[in-house]
Amino acid sequence: MSDRLLIRGGRVIDPATGIDARLDVLVEDGSVARMHAAIEPEGARVLDATGCVVAPGFIDLHTHLREPGFEYKEDIRSGTAAAASGGFTTVCAMPNTEPAIDTRSVVEQVLRQAAAAGTVRVLPIGAVTRGRRGEELAELGELAEAGCVAFSDDGAPVADATLLRRALEYANAFGLPVIDHCEDPSLVRGGVMHEGWVATRLGLRGVPAAAEAIAVARDVAIAALTGAHLHIAHVSTAAAVDVIREAKSRSVSVTAEVTPHHLTLTDETVAFGALDGDALIYDTNAKVNPPLRSRDDVEACVRALAEGTIDCIATDHAPHAIIEKLCEFDDAAFGISGLETAFGLSMRLVESGALTLPSLIERMTIAPARALQLDRVVPAIGTLAAGAPADLVVLDPDALWIVDPARFASRGQNTPLAGVTLRGLVRATVAAGHIVHELEAAHA
Amino acid sequence: MTASRIETRPADTQLTPAVPDEALWTRRHLLDLDDFTADELDLVMRTTGVMKEVLAREVPRVPALRGATIVTLFYENSTRTRASFELAGKVLGADVINVSASGSSVAKGESLVDTVKTLRAIGADLLVMRHHRSGAPYLASRHVACSVVNAGDGLHAHPTQALLDLYTITSHLDSVRGRKIVIVGDVLHSRVARSNLWSLSALGAEITLCAPPTLIPAGIGAGEGLLPPARIEHDFDRAVEGADVIMALRMQHERMTGGYVPGAREYARLYQVNARRVARAAPNALVMHPGPMNEGVEISHEVAHGLQSRVEEQVTNGVAVRMAVLWLMMRARPERPAANRGAL
Repeated sequence: MSDRLLIRGGRVIDPATGIDARLDVLVEDGSVARMHAAIEPEGARVLDATGCVVAPGFIDLHTHLREPGFEYKEDIRSGTAAAASGGFTTVCAMPNTEPAIDTRSVVEQVLRQAAAAGTVRVLPIGAVTRGRRGEELAELGELAEAGCVAFSDDGAPVADATLLRRALEYANAFGLPVIDHCEDPSLVRGGVMHEGWVATRLGLRGVPAAAEAIAVARDVAIAALTGAHLHIAHVSTAAAVDVIREAKSRSVSVTAEVTPHHLTLTDETVAFGALDGDALIYDTNAKVNPPLRSRDDVEACVRALAEGTIDCIATDHAPHAIIEKLCEFDDAAFGISGLETAFGLSMRLVESGALTLPSLIERMTIAPARALQLDRVVPAIGTLAAGAPADLVVLDPDALWIVDPARFASRGQNTPLAGVTLRGLVRATVAAGHIVHELEAAHA
Repeated sequence: MTASRIETRPADTQLTPAVPDEALWTRRHLLDLDDFTADELDLVMRTTGVMKEVLAREVPRVPALRGATIVTLFYENSTRTRASFELAGKVLGADVINVSASGSSVAKGESLVDTVKTLRAIGADLLVMRHHRSGAPYLASRHVACSVVNAGDGLHAHPTQALLDLYTITSHLDSVRGRKIVIVGDVLHSRVARSNLWSLSALGAEITLCAPPTLIPAGIGAGEGLLPPARIEHDFDRAVEGADVIMALRMQHERMTGGYVPGAREYARLYQVNARRVARAAPNALVMHPGPMNEGVEISHEVAHGLQSRVEEQVTNGVAVRMAVLWLMMRARPERPAANRGAL
């Protein structure tokens, strides 16, 4: 039988085509067949989107799926389930696994597991260097052939400037960008949170904002030197935003992403939690790299996203086991489990008026696709144009919900948002024409 | 502060409820002084005065905490703080068990939360905890059903040291309001300085932090965020002018090789508390140090053992302050058995 699904009654927002209208969407055989004001089901399965927004599925350029090697934190099955639950239909898997994604066989393993999980699309990111050791280039050509969409040693910067130069030049032959995690290690020196008054109050070692700006400035200079495409991971500081803005004004080939948490939470969350209590709690679930920054930095990142200096939102979903967070702050792992709160948390920018709902959706769909030129791998990804992959999401932007990590599909319950009320719910997610996530009416 | 007044009570005072407004104390844990009111600090000072009197008795033992089990859990070496807490508990009649991280289940990889739960399960009513990680006692306090006293956590806080410093100061100066207090040395790495800032500023002292810029933590002195007020002065000769109290901080060896200062020689030249600088302070200014001292580095031998040094007094007061803290905390426990408790 033909595989048909009708998403009926929703407000369709497709930033790539500029559509914002009440339309029914008919999906056939994994692709968008057509959109019209009223389509009869004619035997198609019906997904009721009345009162909701229908948009392209979200695309995450920065996801840690942890498999292979760290399945106790997350595996591809649980990670892609989390993606579906968060409205993501495509996730780019970071290569800091064990072994790292630095050979064809590991890429194939990731793709095989993703296919077996059968939920959302996984696009692997290959390691820049063998074993992510920052010493010699991995076989980028083979990784590109095997299906990698970018290269990164994320978790650590490519510290050696010449190595980064060679990586950018070499990757350029395959038309693929290098994604760098920008921090100057000699300024980090054991820092565990943003350097500022909160770190002083807590007696924790700080990482100055300059550690990021220095690395971004260096990377931008190397990108300009090579003419190759550099993508800056998880921008967190006003100073880095300034460097990127200046680089873009010179037409340097640089793109950038920012996480929902760096757009909404400050270093005060580490001290007092996201519920804004009075008591110090040393929230290890707010320990993340780069660290949550000052209010000024958060405001600068929001402005940069609104004006386009930062291209898109990426989650940096970094799941960890409970015991890796239930410990002394210094000893806790860095990272936030972010896929399932990404939309609700980012909706704060719509609530504050910094972004419109269509522009937020744009920065979670077509903008990330363009940043890494993913349409070369998946044609028409990030849009709802006829013939595009039937990856879409049904959103209720006004629904309030309380974050309960115990109900995450992700194995990583490490979020500082437990108990926080968010506005903006992912009602259903459709990937390749199949419903991969749907809230029961009771939740919706 | 009325501490000195209470200290003059006759040594043979009967077993009276000596602290009438103990109801002021409602804290289950003592983690830092950042939210202490002036009244609470005053209560601790007056209770300490009573404890000083107990310590002055012919047989300095009272059954106030008989039946209570206090565990000292030290993840970091310490002589004076641990001995001080242990003695404080024993004077009050508590059973005191000392646990060190090295050579214990901790060395076998047990997590902090599991360790404190185990100690509670064994029967600890109160945990005195020293840890090299900032915030560790906060973690413990959230996961264990007994009281937690922070005996120093990382770079963060050392509340009982600040309390004994306060007691030492007020026993000489009566009040700290408007007094000029200079804290000199490695403020960046000092939990003692951080806790002192809270208590002294709550009582209206004028605090100057004196150190090279490399040893001043971010945001302090700039009125940023929720930090206590303090003035920053990099020139010690200027900072010490007219000071009522000079508190020297320990300068650890690794800081001198870690690039914070060029070395011990230059540090001593610029920031050592020595006779020449003490002479610039107010007459009879108090010279204090939390110990252990690096004589010849942050403090000269002459000053450390001179007439104005209060260093030994600080150590002595430490026992009384910790008795006060233990007693107040155990009294505040809702589940405390009524019999044989509380009498001093």
